[in-house]
Amino acid sequence: MTKRNPEYDFKWCPGCGDFGVKRAIELTIKARTNELSIPTENNVMVAGIGCSGNLVHLTDGPQPFGFHGIHGRTLPVAFGVKSANPDLQVMVVAGDGDFLSIGAEHIGPQAKRNLDITCVIMDNGVYGLTKGQSSPTTQLGVVTSTTPGGKIESEVKPFPLYLSLGVSFIASAFSSQPKEMAAMIREAMDYPGFSIVHIQSPCTTYDDTYDVLRGNAKKGIDPLTYDIPDTHDSSSVEAAYDLVNGTGIPLGVLYAAKDPSPLNERFDNLGRKNDSRDVHDLIQSFAIS
Amino acid sequence: MVAKRDFVVRFAGEGGQGMVTASEALAAAAAQVGYHVMTFVTFPSQIMGGPTWSQCRISVTPALSNGDELDVLVAFNKEAYNVHKDELREGGILIYDSEVFSIEDVGGDSTNIVALPYQELGKSTGNPRAANMVILGAIAEFVNWPDKYLSDFNVKRFTRGRPNDEEVVSANEMGLQLGKKASTDSGFSLGELAVPNPPDYEQILIKGNDSLSTGAIAGEVELFVGYPISPATTILTFMEEHLRGEGKFVYQSSSEIESITAISGGGFAGKRSMTSTAGPGFSLMSEGLGMAWMMEIPIVVVDAQRGGPATGLPTKTEQSDLYMAMHPAHGDAQLPVIAPGTVEECFYAAMHALNWAERYQGPVIVLSDHMLTERTQNIRKPDPNLIPIERREVYSGSNGYQRYDGSSVTPMPIPGGPGAYVANASEHDGIGDTTHLPQRHVDGTERRFNKLKTLEDSLYESRNTQHSVAVMPWGGQKGPTHEAYEFLMEKGVDVAWYYTMFLSPLNPKLIKELQDKDLVIVPELNYLGQFASILRQHRINAVAITQYTGLPFKVHRLINEITNMVEQHANESTKAGV
Ligand SMILES: Cc1ncc(C[n+]2csc(CCOP(=O)(O)OP(=O)(O)O)c2C)c(N)n1
Ligand code: SF4
Ligand SMILES: [Mg+2]
Repeated sequence: MTKRNPEYDFKWCPGCGDFGVKRAIELTIKARTNELSIPTENNVMVAGIGCSGNLVHLTDGPQPFGFHGIHGRTLPVAFGVKSANPDLQVMVVAGDGDFLSIGAEHIGPQAKRNLDITCVIMDNGVYGLTKGQSSPTTQLGVVTSTTPGGKIESEVKPFPLYLSLGVSFIASAFSSQPKEMAAMIREAMDYPGFSIVHIQSPCTTYDDTYDVLRGNAKKGIDPLTYDIPDTHDSSSVEAAYDLVNGTGIPLGVLYAAKDPSPLNERFDNLGRKNDSRDVHDLIQSFAIS
Repeated sequence: MVAKRDFVVRFAGEGGQGMVTASEALAAAAAQVGYHVMTFVTFPSQIMGGPTWSQCRISVTPALSNGDELDVLVAFNKEAYNVHKDELREGGILIYDSEVFSIEDVGGDSTNIVALPYQELGKSTGNPRAANMVILGAIAEFVNWPDKYLSDFNVKRFTRGRPNDEEVVSANEMGLQLGKKASTDSGFSLGELAVPNPPDYEQILIKGNDSLSTGAIAGEVELFVGYPISPATTILTFMEEHLRGEGKFVYQSSSEIESITAISGGGFAGKRSMTSTAGPGFSLMSEGLGMAWMMEIPIVVVDAQRGGPATGLPTKTEQSDLYMAMHPAHGDAQLPVIAPGTVEECFYAAMHALNWAERYQGPVIVLSDHMLTERTQNIRKPDPNLIPIERREVYSGSNGYQRYDGSSVTPMPIPGGPGAYVANASEHDGIGDTTHLPQRHVDGTERRFNKLKTLEDSLYESRNTQHSVAVMPWGGQKGPTHEAYEFLMEKGVDVAWYYTMFLSPLNPKLIKELQDKDLVIVPELNYLGQFASILRQHRINAVAITQYTGLPFKVHRLINEITNMVEQHANESTKAGV
């Protein structure tokens, strides 16, 4: 049940990281509406299938358009929406399973095209909606319902993967920090190119990682996350690799390629716009002469 | 002697040897002087080599099929001779390159055989490419064509504004004469081909896929995303070349899963969106098609059928995707299907499909087949004005709109405009939020099927409907069946004709007429008799004539089978005293 729709019966579990992500997205869209005069209805949220994707039904306030399709296909849908109308602000919201397992094949092509959209990925290291199976980011050795003897497959490391695929803008965030998260989503949306904000968004039901991520002094757990130092040069791929290949999870903007040329701009540069063809001429070109 | 009215030539050899160019040049030359032409091509799936053949039929009346028997077989190598020689009719002529193989070695028999070292002769003109002209010159002479036909064609085709135009044209002319001389020297003749009587309407010479693509552009397609696959690739390449202008977008995707989901995004964002594929890609689109049906997004998918299942027969023809076209996805869904039967219909099928998608707001399948895609044919010049463009009803009210409420088509909000909703592939309420209430699923399911009723006014052909037995082909086998039917009519066989390219939903009036028949005979290129079984679901007594060789029907086979079925039915009716 939501404030705006009593019939809608999906609920996130108490403490689910996705609540914070939702808040950050609402703040960002609102701020961009106010500051950049981008009407809410120019925003399209393309959602994956998973607990995370349900965010599209849960946002409060003025409503963007939503597209809640099939598992793993947010990126190609977003590609179609953005190419149909480059004025639209297209955002993908998806989980680690949706984006990095079934949908992984779509990241490379969009990165190479530099499709001007923003992906907000809620990584909980588990398949939440289907009740706790192993996901690509589940760590080696972890026991889940599909890995009862411990996971024997090593985990996908999203940041090196994104860097190697040539993603133009990569940020790392934590769902417990809505303000910082909102700032990164804002930067990603303003960035003219393919941007991913990859968020640690714990699943309190199947893999509660809050203590590990932010640390717990009482239990003697050091935080895994740390803020990227101001000295980091986010225009350098090498610097980004150095950060993500080290220990811990750096939070902040890892990489933002300079002078990206987004797909819609490249397409326009082909000069096809002013070259429209009359269908009668086209038919006539097959005339028997 | 009565002049020949019809002339069939087959060029057989190995991919890359120029068979297709030769048969297309012959077709173009014949069309220029007013004959009706049709080519048929089978490709190997490799680029170089592999057995290939191409056939050209030239006729004084519209060509409906490839022609069952060959008047001339041009064998480019030994294997081609062995494979194709039996299709040469009695008295037909074989041409082969005597520099490539020896006819004695392969047991050449009493057929009229012309040893024509066309490659050597071609080279002797100074332009090795004139080899094809040597062959054409020889062929033309067998049917007493005036020199002018091919000479004029040569000048028109090869005056291309290039510096060496003159050299090419004169080498080609020399090739034509060398061929003609070889032909005269052989002493063989097929008799004169009747002079053409050019139709009194304007014509174009076009391939099926080009016709379909041109139709899509006439139908104002705006966004096209596709992935290469035979025999649909030429639709993608056509769009890459010709879909231009403000607001238009065309792109090669990374897979058919991307194609279908991308065009769904495009349709959702308000564009007339389309893709093309063949069986394997169509299978990959399954989930996406169900999504577009559920979300009510207008899109068009062309499935250019080839032999299946799986990778199947990539370069051969078959009509085995009909079940899949109608029911490509899991769950309760039935997609509209338009299956053009001629190169001309390919044009209008694309226009209709784009309109249908907009009208009922959902995915529409155009089911073409290999028989049509690469075939070159002269057709009446299509007139886009015959099919007015239909556009989806766009929502223009205020926010809070229940987009999915109501029992049939409702105005669609477009991103950037009012009425924000969630296009949802899960069962949903009015605004598109997920729901599990039983009544919502009932209402949603019924709404989605109700919308199909807006498509039930489609046209169909019917002739001689007084007879109790009917023949009803579909798709690319319309032509051979039509030719068989004309023959049966001349013979006085009592059989009615029905045909439509709008296979789903069928016009209820057509269903009613077919239900009233004792027997409906459906020639189709698949094992299961798919269309016949779909007709039986409508309580129509339909029986299929099936074939699954990867090749189209021969007209004489259809004549025999239909005649037998009609006779058998008559006997049974007499026995039963009806
Ligand atoms: C084609 C297909 N396969 C499987 C599923 C079942 N399924 C739904 S959500 C999901 C995984 C979700 O995991 P994730 O993307 O990490 O989202 P989360 O629930 O963790 O937010 C799966 C396997 C499906 N809906 N469609
Ligand atoms: S199962 Fe996990 S991911 Fe899903 S709502 Fe509950 S806490 Fe969130
Ligand atoms: Mg997950």
